[in-house]
Amino acid sequence: MTEVPELRGRAAIVGVADLASPTGELGMSGREVEVRMATEAIADAGLQMSDVDAVFASGNYGVSMSIAEHLGIQARYTDSTSVGGSSFEVHVEHAAAALALGLCEVALIVYGATPRTTMKAGQKRDRGVPTSELLEWEIPFGLRMPIGGYALAASRHMAVYGTTQEQLASIAVSTREWARMNPMARYQDPISTQDVLDSPFVCEPLHKLDCCLVTDGGGALVMTSADRARDLPKPPAYVLGASTCHTHLMISAMPDLTVTAASVSGPKAFNMAGIKPGDVDVVETYDSFTITVLLCVEDLGFCAKGEGGPFVEANTLGPGGDLPLNTNGGGLSFTHPGMYGIFPLVEATRQVRGELAEGRQIDNAQIAVAHGSGGVLSSMSTIVLGSEETL
Amino acid sequence: MSTRFEPPISDISASFWDATKNREFVLQHCRTCDKAVHYPRAICPHCHSTELEFRPASGRGQVYAFSVMHRAGNPTMEDRVPYVVALIDLDEGARMMSNVVGCDHAEVKVGMQVQLTWEELSDGRNLPLFEPAE
Repeated sequence: MTEVPELRGRAAIVGVADLASPTGELGMSGREVEVRMATEAIADAGLQMSDVDAVFASGNYGVSMSIAEHLGIQARYTDSTSVGGSSFEVHVEHAAAALALGLCEVALIVYGATPRTTMKAGQKRDRGVPTSELLEWEIPFGLRMPIGGYALAASRHMAVYGTTQEQLASIAVSTREWARMNPMARYQDPISTQDVLDSPFVCEPLHKLDCCLVTDGGGALVMTSADRARDLPKPPAYVLGASTCHTHLMISAMPDLTVTAASVSGPKAFNMAGIKPGDVDVVETYDSFTITVLLCVEDLGFCAKGEGGPFVEANTLGPGGDLPLNTNGGGLSFTHPGMYGIFPLVEATRQVRGELAEGRQIDNAQIAVAHGSGGVLSSMSTIVLGSEETL
Repeated sequence: MSTRFEPPISDISASFWDATKNREFVLQHCRTCDKAVHYPRAICPHCHSTELEFRPASGRGQVYAFSVMHRAGNPTMEDRVPYVVALIDLDEGARMMSNVVGCDHAEVKVGMQVQLTWEELSDGRNLPLFEPAE
């Protein structure tokens, strides 16, 4: 496949917003969250709603049309790509390409959902419609989804590489350390590896504290071309690299449960950006479960395949570690409204801008990776963001 | 009789499910590249030939990955907790999801040899499950 280096640095994220609450609830509808996030991100960019001519959203049929209609935007570029939690990283890739080609000028990527409020009200969560293949070949066997799919991957990684439950638990511990510095995070009290191991199994070998939260939340991004980005008030986070790959939809069709499509998307995105894993200052990655982080850290090339266990156990990922990861507290401790993938992009942008509070802000962060995972380790999308100095 | 969620039947998979009525286990094979294919498809995912046929299969394999469900995947499975969901690498080369039954869940290991067993469904079909190999 041919590389597309001409996309490097051609578009930027110029506006961001995110929202969650320590209670896990926001007291408003998903649509209200989306409207608030869109409004805040556009204001953060120093732009007006009337500047937006491209709308990106993920969910059911017609979702980008629905939000654009509600916001009063007539979009001339539209994208309802719905590949689960990595949809927003895919949106950034698509938006960067469309902006570079001049197909649109200002792109809005928006997400909001209130599953916790819905659950508490005794209503059924909208989990979409399972495919006929899932109904026929997986659901009859009672795999609890999505966690069961990840538990299968964890069991395989443990059997092949000797990875332990303690090592997986250490990811939840370091993530919680970061969450202590995010006032919006659902959980801000420290936890120990033993706390994770003592929490009940949901799908063995994964415990409750190996799992992401169910909370209300949302976020939005505004993107424009590099040329226009330079005229806006805040420092742009340039898209240096972007790549997506998916290998399967059903976990029973995943070729190798220890290797994700991030082993394709990561190197391709890094190659486009002209960087190596060692050049990355901070990583914001989808942590649906602790095993998701372990696999992606390996597949993105931060350590060799199979060495993720010892790598994460050394507090590499926490505050003061060599590879700061999920500085907002992640889906494990900050928020997880169903599709977490918008939040890594928001946090990575803020890191590159250098606008976070002391402790959470990585010193001199020039290159940040936002990585999304969707489905059951199915769809992987990697975005490399960089400051003006990296161009 | 099973109380679990029973799989729907598609046009492509009808032969698979019909065979289970006689407790016969069949797998699709590609006539072009000779690889086994599961789940049943209209095209071979290996070589993209559409020349696929069902052949009798051994019902033997090994556990590729497994998880013990301490919480049920759906309400029809709640009375079975804890139970084992596994991916089975069949001797023919295809992989399928199933349950490992007939032993304590703590005895299940990755790489364990398993053999086919059946659970009766309400419409005369049988659901292929696996138990430790003799």
